[in-house]
Amino acid sequence: MTILGAADSGPSCYSRFVNEWFCWQYVEDRHEQITDALVEHVLITFAALLLGIAIAIPLALLARRIPRLESAVLGFSTGVYTVPSLALLPLLVPFTGLSAATVVIGLGLYALTILVRALLDGLRSVPDEVREAATGLGYGRARMLTRIEMPLALPVAMAGLRVAAVSTIALTTVGTLVAYGGLGDLIAHGVQRDFRAELMTAAVLCVVLAVLLDVVLVVLQRVLTPWTAGAR
Amino acid sequence: MDGGGALMELFAETWQYLLDADSWTGGGGLVARLLEQLLLTATALAAAMLLGLPLALWLGHLGRGGFLAVNVSNVGRAVPTFALLALLVAADWPGSGDFGPYGRAGLATLIALVLFALPPLITNGYVGMREVPSDVQEAADGMGMSRSQRFWRVELPLALPVVASGVRLALVQVWATATIAALVAGPGLGRIITEGFARNDYAQGMAGAVVVALVALVLEVAAAAVQRAVDPMPSAPSRTSSPAGVEPLSEAPATVEEAPTGS
Repeated sequence: MTILGAADSGPSCYSRFVNEWFCWQYVEDRHEQITDALVEHVLITFAALLLGIAIAIPLALLARRIPRLESAVLGFSTGVYTVPSLALLPLLVPFTGLSAATVVIGLGLYALTILVRALLDGLRSVPDEVREAATGLGYGRARMLTRIEMPLALPVAMAGLRVAAVSTIALTTVGTLVAYGGLGDLIAHGVQRDFRAELMTAAVLCVVLAVLLDVVLVVLQRVLTPWTAGAR
Repeated sequence: MDGGGALMELFAETWQYLLDADSWTGGGGLVARLLEQLLLTATALAAAMLLGLPLALWLGHLGRGGFLAVNVSNVGRAVPTFALLALLVAADWPGSGDFGPYGRAGLATLIALVLFALPPLITNGYVGMREVPSDVQEAADGMGMSRSQRFWRVELPLALPVVASGVRLALVQVWATATIAALVAGPGLGRIITEGFARNDYAQGMAGAVVVALVALVLEVAAAAVQRAVDPMPSAPSRTSSPAGVEPLSEAPATVEEAPTGS
């Protein structure tokens, strides 16, 4: 299992002497390690996104009712996204230690700031005439929210979710600071050992993950908001 | 690391580290690292503005290449800053060698910083030019302005707030990426954080993080002030959104208002 192995068939393409950027042999030999990192990456990303969504929806609805809270929320979200991820994670370590929770909470905070803004923008984009028409039809507050405002806010909110998802995938790599970075751990190891195949494989997988998740969300949006299909 | 006692102890140690003059002075001290990172940030932002803004403004003036200009931000978001930095450092060129005052892995870091500063600059530069109302452009033509007069006297001043918000986003992005450079043994304040974590000296890691976060907030506030100062119509409502009710179902906000990636 050492990097210097594979003596019988000449140096493999990921041996120290060759050190190629792209090496299928590496992917075959280390597929378990790569799969583990990939699964950890996806789990951290999903947990962070779910955390962000779970807090963003009630927060956005509250902020819309209370204008003072809205400016506070927007100010806070500007503040959070200004703090670099490599500085945010250490600030969480005293509370959550060197655990996956640190990464999930940190990335959840970034996702939250994007999602709250997108939700507020989406709700604001609902035309007043539509609201008036719904009131005229006898819709109460709750039914107006679930039947009229939320569905009409969905396209803008989904655009925000796509941004949050793609950046969360990319940011998860920084979690390697507390040893929970998914593919980021492979990248960090690859830099330390000058192991190019590992580095490149992990980097490519990151981008592929981001593109895949984006495609899934686009399809989901089409399914959820069929009325926007004709407009595009 | 659980229990309130240990928590308070860590905060006390962090505070001690920040008060200790030795942590600020010397070759790898906070002051040297801070200056290194500020120099990196300023150089990268200036280079990205020189490269990106003329192109974006020209494309916006012509109204061409919009697909590219808007989507470059989406691509920028999908590429992890850490991965790109790692690839540049591990490559034969630029590698991790010293680069003048920028320190070890300085050139690789600079290239990565410029690349990640470009997307918000290009997208906002383009969108800012395109959002100049067409009746204003027609009025300029009607007054007999030449194309270059129209560009310099009408379109550019009106686009400036959106362009400035792109510069502000790029600044935040560059500062964040410069911090991450430490993960690949690059220069800058992130080194204080990664060294602290590598030695299980969490007080040092926390202290570095506090300084990085505070400087980021100061830069952001300063950039916001500059952005307000260049707005030719300060009292007008936000010009990044279209006139009332026109874009309820638009796919995505045209300008980038959030940190793209790696922040």
